[in-house]
Amino acid sequence: MYRYDEFDHDFVGQRVAQYRDQVERRLSGEITEDAFKPLRLMNGVYLQLHAYMLRVAIPYGTLNSTQMRRLARIARDYDKGYGHFTTRQNIQFNWPKLSDTPAILEELAEVEMHAIQTSGNCIRNVSADHFSGAAADEVADPRPYAEILRQWSSNHPEYSFLPRKFKIAVTGAERDRAAIQVHDIGLHLKRNEAGELGFAVYVGGGQGRTPMIARKIRDFLPEADLLSYTTAIMRVYNLNGRRDNKYKARIKILVHETGEAEFARQVEAEWDKLKASELKLPDADLRAIAAYFAPPELQDRAEGWAGLAARKKDDEGFASWVRQNVTPHKHPDYGVVTISLKPIGGVPGDATDVQMEAIADLAERYSHDEIRVSHEQNLVLPHVALADLEKVYHALLEQDLATANAGLITDIIACPGLDYCALANARSIPVAQEISNRFASAQRQQEIGALKIKISGCINACGHHHVGHIGLLGVEKKGAELYQITLGGSGDENTSIGQIVGRGFEPEKVTDAVETIVDTYLGLRESAEETFIDAYRRVGPEPFKEALYGKTSRAA
Amino acid sequence: MMKVLTANRLTDGIAVWLGANGRWLERIDHALIARHREAVDALEQAGQSAFHDNLIVDVAVIDVDEVDGEIYPIRLRERIRAKGPTFRTDLGKQAEFQQASAA
Ligand code: HEM
Ligand code: SF4
Repeated sequence: MYRYDEFDHDFVGQRVAQYRDQVERRLSGEITEDAFKPLRLMNGVYLQLHAYMLRVAIPYGTLNSTQMRRLARIARDYDKGYGHFTTRQNIQFNWPKLSDTPAILEELAEVEMHAIQTSGNCIRNVSADHFSGAAADEVADPRPYAEILRQWSSNHPEYSFLPRKFKIAVTGAERDRAAIQVHDIGLHLKRNEAGELGFAVYVGGGQGRTPMIARKIRDFLPEADLLSYTTAIMRVYNLNGRRDNKYKARIKILVHETGEAEFARQVEAEWDKLKASELKLPDADLRAIAAYFAPPELQDRAEGWAGLAARKKDDEGFASWVRQNVTPHKHPDYGVVTISLKPIGGVPGDATDVQMEAIADLAERYSHDEIRVSHEQNLVLPHVALADLEKVYHALLEQDLATANAGLITDIIACPGLDYCALANARSIPVAQEISNRFASAQRQQEIGALKIKISGCINACGHHHVGHIGLLGVEKKGAELYQITLGGSGDENTSIGQIVGRGFEPEKVTDAVETIVDTYLGLRESAEETFIDAYRRVGPEPFKEALYGKTSRAA
Repeated sequence: MMKVLTANRLTDGIAVWLGANGRWLERIDHALIARHREAVDALEQAGQSAFHDNLIVDVAVIDVDEVDGEIYPIRLRERIRAKGPTFRTDLGKQAEFQQASAA
């Protein structure tokens, strides 16, 4: 894992000291709210409906147990005993006092964490495949490049006043678990025919009110050119991005309005000037950063195989958890464990202080001290020996963390929505809870198979509804909540944006509507192997419209 | 027309309402209700001055009704602010003031 060097410690330390002073001056009335608001936002402090909210960065979603314990302590000492893991691989605390936030940031700095660049029109926390460095299907660990981007973009004057926020995601596998095509820049790390590492570069994806799929503007960018090329993209954006209209300011609009080919040409022209500059990454630097992410020394634990098979036979609960929540590791004697933060009827992404501490203990004992946060609002133990799975399972079970639903219909993403968020039109979490309860049966979930439901409480799309197989968007109509349903979205290597299926549903009807959609799918799929998204792509929206609205109102 | 003045307290962000006694209250029950234009203007002015005095932020005049003698905000958003998250009745005003309202 990356460790702060002296520079990082100084930088974060200075930032906390500055912030402490700013808060003191604000509380004493020396500075106005108008002057202070951008300062607190630069340090991750928002104001929500009930209280302030603190968003803490978890770079590329990687944490160690010390850091997780510290998050638990902050939840207990300064908040109300829980935190919310988000689709941006961050954690949010919902109830901190403004006057406590400097102390919280100090506590974070002690364990090499901060809240810098979690808000504002800068390059935000770089997100990455949550299975990085562990997944069997990975070409190389993309996190060193995320770290390079983090170092380069942190406090970079050229990127502190971009036209709008800027999100970068990286993946190192063909199977895209980081939704890179709906980010401002998506980087897919791969090898060329000569075996060298480089990136396919996607630009201009995004969600929000104008969802767009990123365009691939380069198929192979050598790794050494990462910063020069990204700088070229940022310069074209900084110069031409629309600052006149907040809703048209993201790079996706620029790429769309300029045209993919012309945009790529402008980037290449800019890059020509930068290619040979000091932005070219020396190999020694690349290897030095990569060394921080060197895989842990994993001993062979072949004894796990036999034991695992036997235990699975004895315990159906354990067997289905292994089937659903454990995925292949690079090392055949190990597995990657997804800890579901989606108990049936629970709040997606929430974890209590006690749960966080239990997970920290497990990571320390069984996963080489590593934990990941996934953009699907779950946690991951990346390096667990098959021989230890049963112990991990039982410990998770005790904490209500062993729900065997990763990737199934109850593994729902939901933004905070109107229960917390000042921008919301409708609630998200209670809708997720009701759907989860409706589909509680493990057997029924298995029968339905892979199905992603994603819910946002307004068009900002923090809950990724545009890329949900079934997406739910809360809107406000005549003072009441209404949910618009989209179908056919997907946020992986075959990214697609969901299409609105028809008029929206009232809160008390939306779960029935989801059930109708699921039943329609079950009725028309060619076999149990044909997943919801595959079936939808084959048949299109019509059968679902008909089931929801009847034949006559097809035009709805 | 019925309106009350609400905001979040600067120091801790907690939702507050302007009371009849001129103080910022942590619950909506005893908020001062403005029933005509001049009263609403007075609320707005009170909000402005509290904002300039750095007591509160995000000031807003909101529409309310009276139901069974209790103040009932028209928008769901404001009802949630007045109570707390709908799926966690152990949090927010609904939890903190349970005792008081049961009494
Ligand atoms: C304080 C609460 C929040 C506020 C004020 C907020 C604000 C916003 C806004 C204004 C946008 C639209 C940006 C645009 O289209 O230019 C947005 C997008 C987004 N937010 Fe949030 N958000 C909040 C909470 C969250 C949470 C909890 C998550 C993670 C669960 C999240 C993740 C995202 C994502 C993934 C997007 C869409 C990606 C994109 O930028 O296109 N946000 N948010
Ligand atoms: S999608 Fe809207 S309601 Fe949900 S967290 Fe984002 S801004 Fe808030």
